[in-house]
Amino acid sequence: MSNESATRITPGNALRPEDIALEVNTGLVKPGEDAAEYALRLGDDALILAQRLGHWISRAPELEEDVALGNIALDQLGHARSFLSYAGGAWGKSEDDLAYFRREPEFRSAHLFEQPNGDFAVTIARQFLVSYYQFELYRRLTESADSTLSAIAAKAVKEVDYHRDHSAQWVLRLALGTEESRERIQHAFKLIWPYVDELFHDDELTTRLTEAGVAVEPSSLRGDFDRLTAEVLAEAELEAPEVPAAPGGGRRGRHSEHLGYILAEMQVLAREHPGAKW
Amino acid sequence: MASQILQSEQDEGALEAEGKAYFDRIISEDSRIEPRDWMPAGYRKTLLRQISQHAHSEIIGMQPEANWISRAPSLKRKAILMAKVQDEAGHGLYLYSAAETLGQSRDQMMEDLIAGKARYSSIFNYPALTWADMGAIGWLVDGAAICNQVPLCRASYGPYGRAMVRICKEESFHQRQGFEILLELSHGTPEQKQMAQDAVNRWYAPSLMMFGPPDDDSPNSKQSMAWNIKRFSNDELRSRFVGMMVEQVRVLGLTLPDSEIRFNEETKKWEHGPLDWDEFKEVLNGRGPCNAQRLERRREAHDNGAWVREAAAAYAEKQSRKQAEKELAA
Repeated sequence: MSNESATRITPGNALRPEDIALEVNTGLVKPGEDAAEYALRLGDDALILAQRLGHWISRAPELEEDVALGNIALDQLGHARSFLSYAGGAWGKSEDDLAYFRREPEFRSAHLFEQPNGDFAVTIARQFLVSYYQFELYRRLTESADSTLSAIAAKAVKEVDYHRDHSAQWVLRLALGTEESRERIQHAFKLIWPYVDELFHDDELTTRLTEAGVAVEPSSLRGDFDRLTAEVLAEAELEAPEVPAAPGGGRRGRHSEHLGYILAEMQVLAREHPGAKW
Repeated sequence: MASQILQSEQDEGALEAEGKAYFDRIISEDSRIEPRDWMPAGYRKTLLRQISQHAHSEIIGMQPEANWISRAPSLKRKAILMAKVQDEAGHGLYLYSAAETLGQSRDQMMEDLIAGKARYSSIFNYPALTWADMGAIGWLVDGAAICNQVPLCRASYGPYGRAMVRICKEESFHQRQGFEILLELSHGTPEQKQMAQDAVNRWYAPSLMMFGPPDDDSPNSKQSMAWNIKRFSNDELRSRFVGMMVEQVRVLGLTLPDSEIRFNEETKKWEHGPLDWDEFKEVLNGRGPCNAQRLERRREAHDNGAWVREAAAAYAEKQSRKQAEKELAA
């Protein structure tokens, strides 16, 4: 592959957030209102998760995990920047305008991504569920009629495949390691599982965009998600916990109690210096 | 029996003499000693101390910067900072591995660090108070580290020198990103420029002290130089560093908090104002602003992760047992 291809937004090419921002700023691409709103959802999921995972860097159980969780955080942040850069094109806003200067109800992240890190088991349980969901989502999104979304997904799906592998390996280690680790991962799944359901909720936006061939219908991912996660859980001699699903609401701006704190920390410096460049 | 012991002692003596001759030749030829080669106990001890201290510095040094990941003021800066702190974990890993080739386990080194028995670069006991500190740490602290470390790429101990080659490449990216942060701030709003100057003021002297005490107060330097571990004296490196910073600070549009910097035409060396070596010793001996905090954070991460490491070990053992049973059955 030549170096030039990196700046062309077509599936399979290495794509940087800067490339998308450039295309948006020069007017080469401009998402419709619906596609922008959809990109905002995916971008916010990834951004909030990156913010959560970044906390592990310098605090992980071993140095290899400082590196691994840092890598996953960086990948998620990269996906977030791409989605937000694209979404912002509809409203004349940059990735930073969207990340730093929106208020809590304007965010579109699902509750699963907002859940606290907890202990390492909670982080792994969350990452396991997120990665299997994102993999199925991005895999299908590479077929999107929206060439920017499909290009972002094409890059992201390769990275999320590694996240899937990393978290599945840890689910096995923790479930089959010691008595303590088994108890902890079981407890972690109980804590996290209620937030799975929201990922698969369809609404008017996703229905419209699915019909237009732009988005992936969330409910259509559920079958593969359940089947593939169950395979790993079976190998780990675990079962999906029987816990009631939480109602969610993140896509409408109704968030968990946690998001306010995340945003307060993330946005504080940028908001102290509005208009400043960094 | 007695004659047998005598014989083996003689063999050992002969082996040692042979090893020593080889070692001396390698050092005089400026080539590389490898882990299985004979080496004087002092050489091993010096290297083990230096490499493990360097590894600890990378690991503790992650903290002041990780402190700002969550608040980085743009997503691009957040990504760069995450990558940088992650690199430092990687540097720690290479260095612990290099130290392990000298016969000490990473677990032991980590225990020593947490117990407060091992040292790390005292500069990481200063707090990172503002975003501009991310710039000043990159520019000054990583800049000083590069001056120190580039010559270490030629260190006589192979695993150390090779680890340093890779580390230096990444450090130069770290320094550039620090410079870029300061450049952006110094051309930004008055508050941003002031933030940048304040950070440079606070990190300047500690970064000069990273090169270690003045030459006449550095007892180990001479032997390290004779062993081709160290190539230049502390003062020599410090002077070079000051010269580089004097040029770069002009480009930044900032100043160094030292009115006595001058180029000595006679010695052809850069000179700087007096440094507070009492403070240096205080901080090194545990009485700096963040010593307790840094160690506690490391201890906490280590203790909180104990059950995870145990689980991974238990799982690996079960897996290899299963594998062995399979092979036996086949």
